[in-house]
Amino acid sequence: MASLHELSAAQTAEAIRTGEASATEVARVHLDRIGQIDGELKAFLHVDTDGALAAAAAVDARRSAGEELGPLAGVPLAMKDVVVTEGLPTTSGSKILQGWIPPYDATITRRVKQAGIVMLGKTNMDEFAMGSSTENSAYQVTRNPWDLSRVPGGSSGGSSAAVAGYEAPLSIGTDTGGSIRQPAAVTGIVGHKPTYGAVSRYGLIAFSSSLDQAGPFGRTVLDTALLHQVLAGHDPADSTSIPESGPDVVAATVEGARGDLSGLKVAIVTELTGASGGYQEGVLARFRDAVAVLQKLGAEIVEVSCPHFDYALAAYYLIAPSECSSNLARFDAVRYGLRVGDDGRRSLEEVMSLTREQGFGPEVKRRIMIGTYALSSGYYDAYYGQAQKVRTLIADDFRKAFGQADVLISPTSPFVAFEIGERTADPMAMYVNDLCTLPASLAGTPAISVPCGLSDEAGPPLPVGLQVMAPAMADDRCYRVAAAFEAAYQAANGPILQHLPSLGASR
Amino acid sequence: MSAPTYETAVTAYRPVFGLETHVELGTASKMFCGCATDFGAEPNTQTCPVCLGLPGALPVANAAAIEYTIKIGLALNCSIASWCRFARKNYFYPDMPKNYQISQYDEPLCFDGYLDVEIAGRTIRVGIERVHLEEDTGKNTHVGGATGRIHGAEYSLVDFNRAGIPLVEIVTKPVPDAGPEAPEVARAYVSELRDILRTLGVSDVKMEQGSLRCDVNTSLTPAGSSEWGTRTETKNVNSLRSVERAMRSEIIRQAEILDAGGKIVQETRHFQETTGTTRSGRSKEEATDYRYFPEPDLVPLAPDADWVEQIRASLPELPAARRARLQTELNLGPDELQALANAGLVDRFADTVAAGAPAAEARNWWLGYLAQQANSRDLEAAALPITPAQVARVIELIEAGTLSTALGRQVVDGVLETGDDVDTVVADRHLGLVSDTSALTAAAQAAIEANPDVADKVRGGKLAAVGVLVGAVMKATRGQADAATVRALLLEQLGVSE
Repeated sequence: MASLHELSAAQTAEAIRTGEASATEVARVHLDRIGQIDGELKAFLHVDTDGALAAAAAVDARRSAGEELGPLAGVPLAMKDVVVTEGLPTTSGSKILQGWIPPYDATITRRVKQAGIVMLGKTNMDEFAMGSSTENSAYQVTRNPWDLSRVPGGSSGGSSAAVAGYEAPLSIGTDTGGSIRQPAAVTGIVGHKPTYGAVSRYGLIAFSSSLDQAGPFGRTVLDTALLHQVLAGHDPADSTSIPESGPDVVAATVEGARGDLSGLKVAIVTELTGASGGYQEGVLARFRDAVAVLQKLGAEIVEVSCPHFDYALAAYYLIAPSECSSNLARFDAVRYGLRVGDDGRRSLEEVMSLTREQGFGPEVKRRIMIGTYALSSGYYDAYYGQAQKVRTLIADDFRKAFGQADVLISPTSPFVAFEIGERTADPMAMYVNDLCTLPASLAGTPAISVPCGLSDEAGPPLPVGLQVMAPAMADDRCYRVAAAFEAAYQAANGPILQHLPSLGASR
Repeated sequence: MSAPTYETAVTAYRPVFGLETHVELGTASKMFCGCATDFGAEPNTQTCPVCLGLPGALPVANAAAIEYTIKIGLALNCSIASWCRFARKNYFYPDMPKNYQISQYDEPLCFDGYLDVEIAGRTIRVGIERVHLEEDTGKNTHVGGATGRIHGAEYSLVDFNRAGIPLVEIVTKPVPDAGPEAPEVARAYVSELRDILRTLGVSDVKMEQGSLRCDVNTSLTPAGSSEWGTRTETKNVNSLRSVERAMRSEIIRQAEILDAGGKIVQETRHFQETTGTTRSGRSKEEATDYRYFPEPDLVPLAPDADWVEQIRASLPELPAARRARLQTELNLGPDELQALANAGLVDRFADTVAAGAPAAEARNWWLGYLAQQANSRDLEAAALPITPAQVARVIELIEAGTLSTALGRQVVDGVLETGDDVDTVVADRHLGLVSDTSALTAAAQAAIEANPDVADKVRGGKLAAVGVLVGAVMKATRGQADAATVRALLLEQLGVSE
């Protein structure tokens, strides 16, 4: 048997169920691994050793008592720090929440705990999930395990690095404009943004309420699907939660892994193929290879045009900042988190301003300012109002496209992982990371990123992701296609992570 | 030029007014979470992550509050939106946990209705612009400093128990045609609205506890002009009397400025109960931009038409219909109930009648002695600590001859002071008329013996002289005897017949 930290989540759960390994052993191995390599990787903001061991011991006790264990019982998981965890520090990557200990659990935190999943700690992220590299964290810069001089993507870069670096088999991210899919792509793992409303937002520290969606990361499509199944489901505490139960994505994954996509229509989106430049050639080459693989699996490949996707970036950077300018207003030093300058002489307004000035980083401030401006009277119609119209047009493009095909595909990101510091000077250079992922975010439709090979044009061989997009509520199609692709790719090339350079003492 | 009086002001200018009324709904739980809404609980004990605006918490709309709001809209003859949304109203204030208030903006739940009020036989239709639903804020207490306001305070305390309580805002259209009676019309509107809300059972409408709060908008137009003047918004108007007083004082204040050739500044003013005048709020020259946008955490509200019709069918008899019915049933003149209605006393009156009192007596007591007592206590008459059943009992005792009217008033005073029952007060204070004949006989005998000259005069046929003896007996019984009975007793003992 491989070392315990190298097992997939499904294998780990099986080992615990059969008694080959205890949940406690599994937790210790992962905690040790974090201890060994996280000094380099910097994926975690907070490691909850005691909590993880207690949760693992509870799973072991349940097993000894003869209780039936769930499909992921005892499997370790890394939680993005945007998700509220009772009794555990939760900062959303921001100084303004330093020291805040939430008095309650997010719905997905509760679901994870109820599934017997062992939460190892909280992972680093771009401050309030704003960014594509995790460099906007107020605390540390997370490294890409493929090349420590590069970023792990973002904003869920701590969660992608933790899984790609074998610190945890599973992690949770949130995706507002691509913050699960892009980090998955650039670290060579699987990440899925569920249909908006499929996973409860209760307890996610809001960035952009109409776009935020939590979802799973895993090293395999099956692991990702197993975690998806734990997270998804109606939550009465979230008004935007979908009342109907979602599709069985695990069954779809098993079905897909059989490797037969005949009868399935797969559409390449013209606007996401880099016709007007801006995409790395290596990324486009791996994408073309992926198309060939899908064709070989029996899928019919067509091409569709979604003309309004070209406006997705502009619309997104009005809607998301607008909502964030309101969502982040609550961080005012009155009730929790940072308080700066409360010396008994300054007025309330001064303390609020000082706290927000010192508590928020530059990207957060930029977006609050953009959003405040876009919502101002006299500008609302031209900016926020117009962006909402574009959003409707993008959803219409999707509707039409799904009239012609079952799924849409594109590269997940126009580039592979870039160097730390490479894109921090120019916000637009960072924003274009999200070109391919933004349309599905704006339409609320599901999309998955699955590794589709390596590109070495930027230097070392670095992973490329294939994005598979499906209609709302049809997350199962994403998993089916991704599983079929993964099986075919691995049959030909082996798992992509076998090429991961070794970290610390061992891989 | 001398300062205008109210009469000269409303001769020179035509008042135009509008009212914004906030009503805390009486739902068991808050607007967007399950917290209790009880008034007077220990500060910050009725809170949760949602109403504290903790990071990550999300609102879920209270279905009962939506139903209550639709009831209000229907009772005010409004159209009910088939589709509408909540919106965020963004501004920073420490009593607002999220620094935005979930409210409604350009898509209110109810719109375009009216409420008729009657003043001195004239019906004035007050147009309803909108009825919308929002969440209340927390309550600030500013400690230290001279003004009790945040500026200059040493520190401030915030109680979030009130944060998130469902609040309905009812906005009238401008009322241009009330004339000199504008303040009375405004008061009558609030009174009628309050009766409606109480009848619907959607709020306890206690102005003194802040569950019904009014903002009064007032402007003056020179007589003969059709262009409306600049309006002011007076806040902190927390009783029916204050509605009337605030508007009167604002009309006089504006007239004085206009008379002197000045301009009215559009501003928020605060009503001061003690002086009965309004005071300028801290002048903020810049207009607040609330940056409204649709609340993305809530789905749109689309009340089903059948549901709305069910609610309409379930509405109770509304105050105007009830008055019409009472008028017929009790055979009252058209104005008799209106005076009660405008004083907010129809319920008290009707309940007093229901408890057995004749309508005329019940009306006289409520509009007469009880209204005076309320006035001297600075209370609404309906808020006096006496029940309709107690008033009916006093009337019954007077009718039975057990109490005189004067004694009845003393009993009422006793009830108001002690909270005791009528019969307890009568017994404890020995206020019943003395009907014990032996006691009266003894008192009469004593009076005759003490005034032999007078007694002789009466025996001699000077019947008028018996009044002195009656007075003596009344004095001896501390007024608790019926004068006619005493007179008859004295004449009998003196052997004189009339």
